[in-house]
Amino acid sequence: MPISRADVEHVARLARLALTDEELDRFQAQLSVILEEADKITRLPTEGVPPTAHPLPRVNAWRDDVPGPCLTREEALSTAPEIEQDRFKVPRIIEEAP
Amino acid sequence: MTAAVAEEVGARRYETVIGIETHCELGTATKMFCACPTTFGAEPNTQVCPVCLGEPGSLPVANGRAVEFAARIGLALHCRIAERSQFHRKNYFYPDMPKNYQISQYDEPLCVGGWLDVDVEGELRRIGITRVHLEEDTGKSLHVGATGRIHGADYSLVDYNRAGIPLVEIVSEPDLRTADEARAYAEELRAVLVALGVSDAKLEEGSMRFDVNVSIRPVGHAEFGTKVELKNLNSLRSLHRAVAYEAERQRRVLAEGGKLTQETRHWDEGAGRTEPMRSKEFATDYRYFPEPDLVPIEATASWVDGLRAELPELPAEQRARLAEATGLPAKEVGWLVRDPEVLAYFQTVLGRGAGRDPKVVAGWVMGQLQHDLREFGHTMASSPVGPERLGELLDLLAAGTVSATAAKDVLAEMFNSEASPATIVERKGLAQISDTGELEAVVERVVAANPDLADKFRGGKRGVLGAMVGQVMRETRGRANPKLVSDLLERAIGG
Amino acid sequence: MSPAAPGPGSLADLTGHELAERFASGAATAVQATEAALERIAATDERLHAFLIVTGDQALEAAGEVDAARERGERLGPLAGVPLALKDVLVTKGVRTTAGSRILEEFVPPYDATVVRRLREAGVVILGKTNMDEFAMGSSTENSGFGPTRNPWDTDRVPGGSSGGSAAAVAAGQAPLGIGTDTGGSIRQPAALCGIVGVKPTYGLVSRYGLIAFASSLDQVGPFARDVRDAATLLETIAGHDPMDSTSIPDVPVDCTSRLTDGVDGLRVGVVKELFLEGTEPGVLARVREGLERLERLGARLEECSLPSFEYALSAYYLIAPAECSSNLARYDGVRWGLRAKDSADVVDMMQRTRQAGFGAEVKRRVMLGTYALSAGYYDAYYGQAQKVRTLVRRELDDAYQRFDLLVGPTAPTVAFPIGEKADDPLAMYLNDVFTIPVNLAGNAAVSVPAGLSDGLPVGLQLIAPALGEATMLRAAWAFEQDLGLSTRPVSHEEVRS
Repeated sequence: MPISRADVEHVARLARLALTDEELDRFQAQLSVILEEADKITRLPTEGVPPTAHPLPRVNAWRDDVPGPCLTREEALSTAPEIEQDRFKVPRIIEEAP
Repeated sequence: MTAAVAEEVGARRYETVIGIETHCELGTATKMFCACPTTFGAEPNTQVCPVCLGEPGSLPVANGRAVEFAARIGLALHCRIAERSQFHRKNYFYPDMPKNYQISQYDEPLCVGGWLDVDVEGELRRIGITRVHLEEDTGKSLHVGATGRIHGADYSLVDYNRAGIPLVEIVSEPDLRTADEARAYAEELRAVLVALGVSDAKLEEGSMRFDVNVSIRPVGHAEFGTKVELKNLNSLRSLHRAVAYEAERQRRVLAEGGKLTQETRHWDEGAGRTEPMRSKEFATDYRYFPEPDLVPIEATASWVDGLRAELPELPAEQRARLAEATGLPAKEVGWLVRDPEVLAYFQTVLGRGAGRDPKVVAGWVMGQLQHDLREFGHTMASSPVGPERLGELLDLLAAGTVSATAAKDVLAEMFNSEASPATIVERKGLAQISDTGELEAVVERVVAANPDLADKFRGGKRGVLGAMVGQVMRETRGRANPKLVSDLLERAIGG
Repeated sequence: MSPAAPGPGSLADLTGHELAERFASGAATAVQATEAALERIAATDERLHAFLIVTGDQALEAAGEVDAARERGERLGPLAGVPLALKDVLVTKGVRTTAGSRILEEFVPPYDATVVRRLREAGVVILGKTNMDEFAMGSSTENSGFGPTRNPWDTDRVPGGSSGGSAAAVAAGQAPLGIGTDTGGSIRQPAALCGIVGVKPTYGLVSRYGLIAFASSLDQVGPFARDVRDAATLLETIAGHDPMDSTSIPDVPVDCTSRLTDGVDGLRVGVVKELFLEGTEPGVLARVREGLERLERLGARLEECSLPSFEYALSAYYLIAPAECSSNLARYDGVRWGLRAKDSADVVDMMQRTRQAGFGAEVKRRVMLGTYALSAGYYDAYYGQAQKVRTLVRRELDDAYQRFDLLVGPTAPTVAFPIGEKADDPLAMYLNDVFTIPVNLAGNAAVSVPAGLSDGLPVGLQLIAPALGEATMLRAAWAFEQDLGLSTRPVSHEEVRS
């Protein structure tokens, strides 16, 4: 299935990638080729075949509700590009959470 | 068109359709997918670990107790516990979400298809429950700038202590029709969660929040109108006001010939109105897919049966039983049942002494006791006055040993003393005076000091007697038997 | 060339078990073995670029502790004091971990991966972190954000990928042991192209905690070594249940070594028709067919079998893996760690420009592909359908294991190819994994074992086993390796240094 330029732009926004025009063109072409190849499976009859999300048949892998050690605040913040008031600092947020 | 006309048109032709998504933090000791504690109000970024920070390489492991709590909620709401359910990833970018996806449940939730009976002004309404599912909470952002709110902020600061705290999302069917019903549903749901012991459901700490879908449609129509979502209402008052406002706003828009848009709106508590949220640059597409880092949940019949057998008495059952056993009016029963600690206290007081009057006990537990707890900075749990001692005091009251007024003083004293009520009464000389001789002198004095009142009484204004009884009570520091005082006054004035 | 330069005969050319014998007899110490490895790295890595970071001081300290413990008479594991090259996709507390990406160039994790902890506890000496395709996406190590790794057999060629750094390091004698990860062939294919042994364990046998995720339902950590015995021992060292990984298999005794030398007599081996695709290099096919005859001569019973769903495995994989990666890589947004774009208008702008600057072309391509495959309107056609194909692959393999103990085929369709040859053709690059991918989809185990040379470059034979079939699989690999009697030393070190 060929993918449109508008689709590529939409996907780039969803994926938070500020792609260049050149990249948008290239990905449009490359994704179209890859998806064409993938069409092989979209035509495969799979009526009644359940999907495999996990390769192993494990269920109910739970842990006990017992507190364990946390990172220290210094450790937690040690990787941060910017901090203020012991919090991770980010540029202004323009949208409410969805 | 004037508002008055719009209202008339609206009120006649439209009904409001309301569905509520309730998010409630579960009262587990640790987070949903890691062993970090869930204590409220810790210093920022001190209850975090590689898992809830979403550090590269970290993996979630589900908290078994949270799964159990969610199933318990499902059972209490008469849901079916799915034999197989699983977690999905809900993908969207937001800085308070460490992994930029939320682990949630999608098309295979843990609990489906139940109901909750809600008492609305004495009428029972059965509200459908679509589903109950588990997910993780997000972190919290502090918006720095002139407004202190998201809009107009210069930058934001994120604390991930709350990230990963277990949440249940309880989705109702669009069965609610009025703001009153919406509030009653939320109140009843809260009572159920508290009774189950799965959450403290503290609205003021944000541990219970509501997203509400509101639409209107012509009465008699089966099709739904255009839906507006009100996000993140965090008190029963906001919920009620927001729904009432929004339904009215939609009526007005239609009445004015306008068109409604499907949108998300924000409730501004201060301004008392809803406003459109900052519109998204493109439609939300969460790209749900099964969470590969977690394995499915399989609910065996024996597990579910075990949980069902352990369900505590639920608020509706408690209310029915209590009303039947005590003869208390519905409102008071409802009040008692709202807080399991209050209910347990009440039942202990009532149960320990033979023949204690439920009305009196309820009155004291809900009235003066609560007043004094606030006054002395205590909670039910930390109260120095246990149900046994309060019972003893009420027995003194019933026996006429103390007056109601004096009993209040005794109760206050009991907060500062471990002595028995009887000892306090004796020590402070608060025993009720039922001795006619002792009271007659005071009565004479009060009548003599108030000739005008006495005249009025004799003239047929019997109501003034209360004022004179009050004076006698004051002079005896509340110790006089009010019934006796009343008799003596009548005799003194009339004689 | 300095006279002290370690050449053939150096401790660096010994396997792990050979070193262990010398440690036990007192003929060598862990510190000496570590020094030899570090010297080999110093002499060769400028050309090979197998390592992104060498932690020499820490390695010598760890080796010294092992020697001291041995002197105290403590009981030590079979790999205590043996040096190892660790793929830079496993987090190491206090040591920079990049996953081959510029976006994590400055990332110093605050915790250790479970595999790293197990290695340390076993006394294994970690020499440093090895180069890889960015976030393990690639088959040549050319997609590293820090420049490609070269193949020790021919330094103008790729070592394979994504675990090319660890594979090259082991092949070049920089370390007797290596750790890689295999999502679609990233251990087996570089093992084949570098002429060493590489094991992709059963999904869930080795903990993924601390493995920087590419595609969570496919990723698995596994060993590289110059012979099967070392690979088996290293697998035993890192395998086992981890409560921090929900997909880790509980209560499995991991024993890959006690029956390692029992041979293949009577083993039923299925020769998978679909793994002998048109387009496979004749030299590769020739070595593999010789390998089949060898197995038969050793007593295995070979029979052809057909697994038609394998034809669809590559397409399914290139929907599932990108979909999962698009979600797994969302956390690299400039908020909590790693690169952050400067002077952003707002947080969305910051995230978009950070990811644009920090990710390489292949990562962006797969994130785009995966985002598309999961997006509304396409989920059922692409991701959902791929998951069903996955079921078909699993079922066919399960059926095959009713008749066979193991399945066999080539590991990769080609020998090592020249650097740059496939860099601009993603689909051609993806075909490198066509023989290895079905195993990941099914969560089965597989090993690539050297099968000889084609035009002077190594060819790998792939043995595939059902879940938890590692012991039988490695037994066959050992018998094959012993009978073939290949030299484990690929190349003159002088050549590498040039």
